[in-house]
Amino acid sequence: MIKHLRSAADLDAGTATLILDTAAEMAALAGREVKKLPTLRGRTVVNLFYEDSTRTRISFEAAAKRLSADVINFSAKGSSVSKGESLKDTALTLQAMGADAVVIRHPASGAPHRLASWVDGSVVNAGDGTHEHPTQALLDAYTMRSRLGRIDGLNVAIVGDVLHSRVARSNVLLLTTLGAKVTLVGPPTLIPVDIAAALSPGTEPSRGGKPKENRTGVSYDLDSVLAGTDVVMMLRVQTERMQDSYFPSAREYSRRYGLDVPRMRKLPEHAIVMHPGPMNRGMEIAPEVADSSRSTIVEQVANGVSARMAVLYLLLGGKA
Amino acid sequence: MAYPRADTGSTKIILSGSDLQRVVDRIAHQILEKTSGARDTVLLGIPTRGVPLARRLAARIHAFEGIDIPVGALDITLYRDDLRLHATRALGKTDIPGGGLDGRRVILVDDVLFSGRTVRAALDALSDVGRPSSVQLAVLVDRGHRELPIRADYVGKNIPTALAEKVRVSLAETDDGADEVKLYGGAA
Repeated sequence: MIKHLRSAADLDAGTATLILDTAAEMAALAGREVKKLPTLRGRTVVNLFYEDSTRTRISFEAAAKRLSADVINFSAKGSSVSKGESLKDTALTLQAMGADAVVIRHPASGAPHRLASWVDGSVVNAGDGTHEHPTQALLDAYTMRSRLGRIDGLNVAIVGDVLHSRVARSNVLLLTTLGAKVTLVGPPTLIPVDIAAALSPGTEPSRGGKPKENRTGVSYDLDSVLAGTDVVMMLRVQTERMQDSYFPSAREYSRRYGLDVPRMRKLPEHAIVMHPGPMNRGMEIAPEVADSSRSTIVEQVANGVSARMAVLYLLLGGKA
Repeated sequence: MAYPRADTGSTKIILSGSDLQRVVDRIAHQILEKTSGARDTVLLGIPTRGVPLARRLAARIHAFEGIDIPVGALDITLYRDDLRLHATRALGKTDIPGGGLDGRRVILVDDVLFSGRTVRAALDALSDVGRPSSVQLAVLVDRGHRELPIRADYVGKNIPTALAEKVRVSLAETDDGADEVKLYGGAA
């Protein structure tokens, strides 16, 4: 098993499948009277959050507590960070306190990679800048597998602000590793210019045996993609990361790339609608769609705890 | 899942396929006898090889008395006390039969009883799942060397072993090939 989870690219198909299988066993726990396992008793997990987060932090906290680990929550607001302490000094403090795992969310892409070189424990990336959010990809993959029975061969459309989305990046890496075909959909200004080149056949080495050829595509037209799609993943329009104007108006964005009821009807019967949250209702997703039976948004939150329990168990459960 | 194991030293067959079948039959009879007809009883196999054994016991009980007793699986990996001594283990499947365990008699089924630590973990796992009225233990082989105050209610075969020896149970469901119990290693 790997020591850190910094990127979805750390996972080959075998390891990713092991995490999903473990998550399935962890999910069974949710139905039990005693929702607690003694597995990580005496281990310390630090949630190091430099960015606001509700579900990810709570999800990691619940996951660690259900495995009986001790949890220390650290948020940059109200800590010595506001006095100017650097990430390195904070990391050394955590190291001195004996953290077995550090779950980090940071506005700077690559912060978890730096952190991993300063601490002895495992580092779990809980979202770094516009780079990656691997546990979100794992819970999304888990949700797809539990709803549709498989990931291999699925057509997945990731729609919206791909440029700023760490969720999209991690999902592309993980889902293609597991054999899905991913189509990135959005206005040209929000699709990274290098992505078509970077993901074209041959440039990316295949991980886990499956050839990467034709596993990722790009489209600027949502309507043309919907009919052949098994999973639509709507991304949040990240207004906090948008200093420039990437599209003329919110209304125009919503008209062209928002998932409303007529668009949902174009999807195949079995298709599901996902959203990593938090949603801008009425912007990228209509309220009727978010609350429909195809939507897995609430399920994704529940699955997040199971997926993160699986990650924490597999990183910390064995010999250090 | 078949674990690779070193086949060194002397090898002795303890139970052949037909012996194993007779032993399972006997345990099935004993369960019926000791539980007055296996009423309110659930069989829980401990993965890997306890699960097919539990299914076989249920099938034999059905054949003898026509009773269907619920069979499930209880994975104990997350309750082990030696997790930190080994690389991370993959989890087995836990499958609690419908109706739960509350107020029922649970019979844990495993292939080999050795240190007793697996059973200790299973008892911990059980108490998180429900509250059975009583818990019993059925094992195919008891090889001694207990490290905890634990004993089995139903024993297929007692085998005196040296600590260095290994008992290997092969079942058609989990291992390639035929049913067999072998003793390996020790002073060859």
